Amino acid sequence: MNFPDLEKTLKIDKVGVHERVNRFCKRSIKTSAKTHGLHLALSMIDLTTLEGKDTPKKVVQLCYKAQHLHDSMLDLPTVAAVCVYPTLVGVAKKELIGSGINVASVATAFPSGQSTLEVKLNDTKFAVDQGADEVDMVISRGNFLAGEYNFVFDEIAAIKEACGKAHLKVILETGELDTLDNVRKASDIAMYAGADFIKTSTGKISPAATMSVTYVMLVAIKDYCKKTGIKIGMKPAGGILTAKQSLQYLVMLKETLGDSWMNKDLFRFGASRLANDILMQLEKQESGIYQSLDYFSKD
Amino acid sequence: MSRIDVLKTYKIFIGGKFPRTESGRFSPLKNKDGDLVANICLSSRKDFRNAVVSCRNTQKQWENTTALNKGQILYRIAEILEGRKSQFIEELMMTGSSKYQAKNEVEQSIDRLIYYAGWSDKFQQIFSSVNPVASNHFNFSVPQAMGVISVIAPNEFPLLGLVSIVAPVIVGGNSCIVLSSEENPMVSISFAEVLNTSDVPHGVVNILTGERKELVSYFASHKDVNSIIYCGDKNEEIKEIEKVSVENLKRVKIYKRKNWNDKTSQSPYFIEQCQEIKTTWHPTES
Repeated sequence: MNFPDLEKTLKIDKVGVHERVNRFCKRSIKTSAKTHGLHLALSMIDLTTLEGKDTPKKVVQLCYKAQHLHDSMLDLPTVAAVCVYPTLVGVAKKELIGSGINVASVATAFPSGQSTLEVKLNDTKFAVDQGADEVDMVISRGNFLAGEYNFVFDEIAAIKEACGKAHLKVILETGELDTLDNVRKASDIAMYAGADFIKTSTGKISPAATMSVTYVMLVAIKDYCKKTGIKIGMKPAGGILTAKQSLQYLVMLKETLGDSWMNKDLFRFGASRLANDILMQLEKQESGIYQSLDYFSKD
Repeated sequence: MSRIDVLKTYKIFIGGKFPRTESGRFSPLKNKDGDLVANICLSSRKDFRNAVVSCRNTQKQWENTTALNKGQILYRIAEILEGRKSQFIEELMMTGSSKYQAKNEVEQSIDRLIYYAGWSDKFQQIFSSVNPVASNHFNFSVPQAMGVISVIAPNEFPLLGLVSIVAPVIVGGNSCIVLSSEENPMVSISFAEVLNTSDVPHGVVNILTGERKELVSYFASHKDVNSIIYCGDKNEEIKEIEKVSVENLKRVKIYKRKNWNDKTSQSPYFIEQCQEIKTTWHPTES
């Protein structure tokens, strides 16, 4: 684990990124390829509820939805994980026993990250003790923007240690990093500090995940893998609402990192509404009739 | 040097925007002398689907707009149409109407909008009721918007027919996707421009042009559409609509009338046809 040489960080060509991303959106994916892609996207979803008003019963409901996406359709995968606040991890863990679905927890004073390292470590340890399989931490954007890169690096490394066996996803909150150059820099810092996944956003800030930002992060992952041989996962979160968008992300993933990243161990969608839109599309693929949300469970 | 005329591209109207059809198809519209008047978009299933999405997104907001405000907006449509009267008369004449017929049709359309604007905060009283029941309940019924409605507009009277159907649909808080007159779709797109400058929220009215026989089945089968209104008398189309509407128990309304310039073609019952009646049982003390 060593600090990346930020002097040598790749400079981002913003126009080039947008051009490239536009190309990903123009692929035509139909019939069986579409069905396959939608199944894959469904299996990569982290079904998420991160609201102040979350209750244990809401989480129970969400966990039920995670296991029974749409029972009238056969051969559906389950989602990859359910993502909740640390205090609700215990509830989710109990509900998901034996289902193969992971429990992810946000931690480290989510979503602002404005707290002391001690509080953040305790937050993380609490989540892991409660049984979280995955921890989604936020970086200290204030310190990052102030140029205190070492601080951010050390913090991620400390949290990684506190995670133990749990997988660590590092949220960069790209909506607050202003430039794509910063996104690249933050991605490098997070990966070198020991992240298992890098994630775009908390979902609390607009803009959340965009394809441009995700593309920059995917390229960072590619470069890191070339240098170290370690495969880091990617999780765009927030703002991915439609099945069509999810397919475009998968196209981008395939054409940037290749087939070995096309599974839930290395790619996730952080979303709450995406699942239903994908289900509607799958149902439409089968019946030929456009669907309505009225016929799908809310959560 | 003589000037080259700038011709308008007639596109479709979805979610407050004027895109070309996703399919890229079009058909030439000719006047009675056989000269090309305009190229008309042949909308596809995908265009319809996109229109339903924007309809659904905006419907609740429109339903919750106050009755007064809805009335004002309908009145506003009439105002803007009045200001562009000569354009509409010209367009109708281009495609076969006499000057007298065209003028009449446009003026009647404006008056019909004013008529329904007035009903905006009144039809509720007419169609509500307090019902006598045998238990200790205060029992009352009120009309509520159906939601998203797909409309196959009349072939006759391309402007007046469209207005006669769309005005009662939207004044009742519904949003709609309209397939305009197949024989003369041009004027419907100009009407979309009027809607777009009249404070009608984007997506409340969406207008497509194209072929009925291609689109009717999609208009009737989409599960996110709550009701379908069909104007016409083709039995095989009516049969198809009634068959596929069953999928989500859509309300089906068929208008076989052709006399859209008649007094009987405007009445509050056209509003009632796109309302659901909700009955509430409220406990009272004996």
